[in-house]
Amino acid sequence: MLKVNVMEEKYSDIEQAILSEYKYGFVTDIEADEAPKGLDENTIRFISAKKNEPEWMLQYRLKAYHQWLKMEEPSWANLKYDPIDYQDIIYYSAPKQKKKLNSLDEIDPELRRTFEKLGISLDEQKRLSGVAVDAVIDSVSIATTFKAQLAEQGIIFCSMSEAIQEHPELIKKYLGSVVPVTDNYFAALNAAVFSDGSFVYIPKGVRCPMELSTYFRINAENTGQFERTLIVADEGSYVSYLEGCTAPMRDENQLHAAVVELIAQDHAEIKYSTVQNWYPGDKDGKGGIYNFVTKRGICQGSHSKISWTQVETGSAITWKYPSVILKGDHSVGEFYSVAVTNNHQQADTGTKMQHIGKHTRSRIVSKGISAGFSNNSYRGLVHVSKNATNARNYSQCDSLLIGDKCGAHTFPYIEAKNNTSVVEHEATTSKVGEDQIFYCNQRGIDTETAVALIINGFAKEVMNQLPMEFAIEAQKLLAISLEGSVG
Amino acid sequence: MLRIDNLQAGIEEKQILKGINLDIKPGEVHAIMGPNGSGKSTLASVLAGRQDYEVTGGSVTFEGKDLLELSPEERAGEGVFLSFQYPVEIPGLSTTNFIKTAVNEVRKYRGQEQLDAVSFLKLMKEKMALMEMDQAMLSRSLNEGFSGGEKKRNEIFQMAMLQPKLAILDETDSGLDIDAIRIVANGVNKLRNENNAVLVITHYQRLLDYLVPDFVHVLYKGRIVKSGTKELALELEKKGYDFIKNEIGVEEDV
Ligand SMILES: Nc1ncnc2c1ncn2[C@@H]1O[C@H](COP(=O)(O)OP(=O)(O)OP(=O)(O)O)[C@@H](O)[C@H]1O
Ligand SMILES: [Mg+2]
Repeated sequence: MLKVNVMEEKYSDIEQAILSEYKYGFVTDIEADEAPKGLDENTIRFISAKKNEPEWMLQYRLKAYHQWLKMEEPSWANLKYDPIDYQDIIYYSAPKQKKKLNSLDEIDPELRRTFEKLGISLDEQKRLSGVAVDAVIDSVSIATTFKAQLAEQGIIFCSMSEAIQEHPELIKKYLGSVVPVTDNYFAALNAAVFSDGSFVYIPKGVRCPMELSTYFRINAENTGQFERTLIVADEGSYVSYLEGCTAPMRDENQLHAAVVELIAQDHAEIKYSTVQNWYPGDKDGKGGIYNFVTKRGICQGSHSKISWTQVETGSAITWKYPSVILKGDHSVGEFYSVAVTNNHQQADTGTKMQHIGKHTRSRIVSKGISAGFSNNSYRGLVHVSKNATNARNYSQCDSLLIGDKCGAHTFPYIEAKNNTSVVEHEATTSKVGEDQIFYCNQRGIDTETAVALIINGFAKEVMNQLPMEFAIEAQKLLAISLEGSVG
Repeated sequence: MLRIDNLQAGIEEKQILKGINLDIKPGEVHAIMGPNGSGKSTLASVLAGRQDYEVTGGSVTFEGKDLLELSPEERAGEGVFLSFQYPVEIPGLSTTNFIKTAVNEVRKYRGQEQLDAVSFLKLMKEKMALMEMDQAMLSRSLNEGFSGGEKKRNEIFQMAMLQPKLAILDETDSGLDIDAIRIVANGVNKLRNENNAVLVITHYQRLLDYLVPDFVHVLYKGRIVKSGTKELALELEKKGYDFIKNEIGVEEDV
């Protein structure tokens, strides 16, 4: 997954990648400890008990559950799918670990091999690139590497379950503070049943010395994955966080409903990058992950900055709007996105920038690539509150079409309540031209590779935001997900 | 090297090439001239394998192989290079990356090892000097925002990098300033040897002053109506195409 590589080797990587299928579609044969199918109060008590949670956490979950029961699944997105049967899902599945782990060496060898197949090494000494990893399989966090080294600087990087046990004061203070239980249907569901995820705390003035990374994988059948991530960057701190995900190929749809909350205090900066590669379903649209994710960050302090970068290539359905609440004066929010849809995939994704503080700035760069019979929508809201004097926003939404059976849609909403604000929006739509492909062909480059070159060129501005190792991985994914889309 | 026999091709119902015959031997330079719309670019496109054109008759043999059977990228691998009359732009794709991919794909086709970053840069430096190319241009997106002349320079630079057996230059001189024409033509001359050949399509004698053709052909309404030596180009420059039209007119009357 995370390889150290040099720039010059990018395209030979793509060539290789083009030849491979969705290579993450394998199932690992590990015994799982599961909750019975379906969702009621007992399911929640079961999950909470499994995790040995304190009473306040159980109450938080139950409150969320009752809230969820009162809510309705949103239908405003430009997405079409059969109703989800929430009683047909397993809400908790954990790979059976014989006992509590004392060190990374005690991880089940089968699990270790799974992560090796994914290209993620859980061995600290083997990791060249200096990326600390928290690996989550199905519902449970398996390993967090480099923990001790980070702890020396006061950085907390651990699973959410562990944080609930070890750092209850931080969790009580921040969990649900950005995405409250009442926020939306999927966020309420997540708050009720989330089983694990990652927690990061960067203390005042600390610049996190390595990339922090979480790797999510759905393995067991009929399970939903509901992870919860919380990142708090205290005054003057900095952290770059990466998230990657895969799932096996299955005929049925599987539900993924995560919540991510980011909090940046005065002069703090959080960079959050995602390369989403959940199983997209087959060529005819059978199977695939339903990805309903709520991601939101708050620039709490002045001069703070939150930057979302996402490369979305997987999932049958993507419903996702990473947002920033620009509360602190002079705070900055950014959203860089590449969303690729092929075959019968559907994506409705974008961002919300909420300008509250003075002199707040936001920048949105969205690149949608659609091929096959897919549908790709950008949905963005720029909101400038009455008191947000001198707020600035720049949005750019570009769509690239491959073939003529796919769709690209843009829904930019602007609500400016302060007349000193400047909000700019630009949009373009283009097609991968036959003359571009022929030009490449004439230089000896086959059509698949030509498409990869063209789309990577199109997505470059966003790719440049990713940390190097991730950028290479993301380029490969773009190429793979558009396989067979031309000619 | 290249043998074209009675080649007929067109688009949908319209026939554009109406029986082209041409024989190019290694080491030769052939020039094709002819009025606008006579089919010069169509011929170049058909040789390069553009799918839009349907070949309705005739044959093309390149180095003993049936060229028309090969895909465009296979033809490139075999050593056919087309310098486009209108090079396309690919936003965001750096020219260097594009050329590196092309060089390595062609090498792969030929069963040669991939060039690593160091050897590639070395090759590039060498060809840049030969073509008096500007480094800055190569780090920009492929042809995006390039001036007309810069695009043409870039085409010839790619030719130098790919070292084809047969280079087809479609109006590479148009858009080039006087100095650039000399630089490009000299560059092409330096790359020439007894094993490769050039088919140059042009409207002007100026390029042929530097890149001296062994044969000049006049294409008119989809046929080669007259062939000669380099003097034919001079004659055309002086008299225009009317004298050819009159000539065929006379011939047709007979
Ligand atoms: N894709 C196409 N669709 C329709 N007509 C075409 C197409 N390509 C070429 N033609 C027509 O075929 C004829 C020959 O065109 P071609 O581009 O080969 O001319 P040319 O000799 O290269 O002209 P010029 O000197 O202006 O470059 C023209 O009448 C042109 O309009
Ligand atoms: Mg032409």
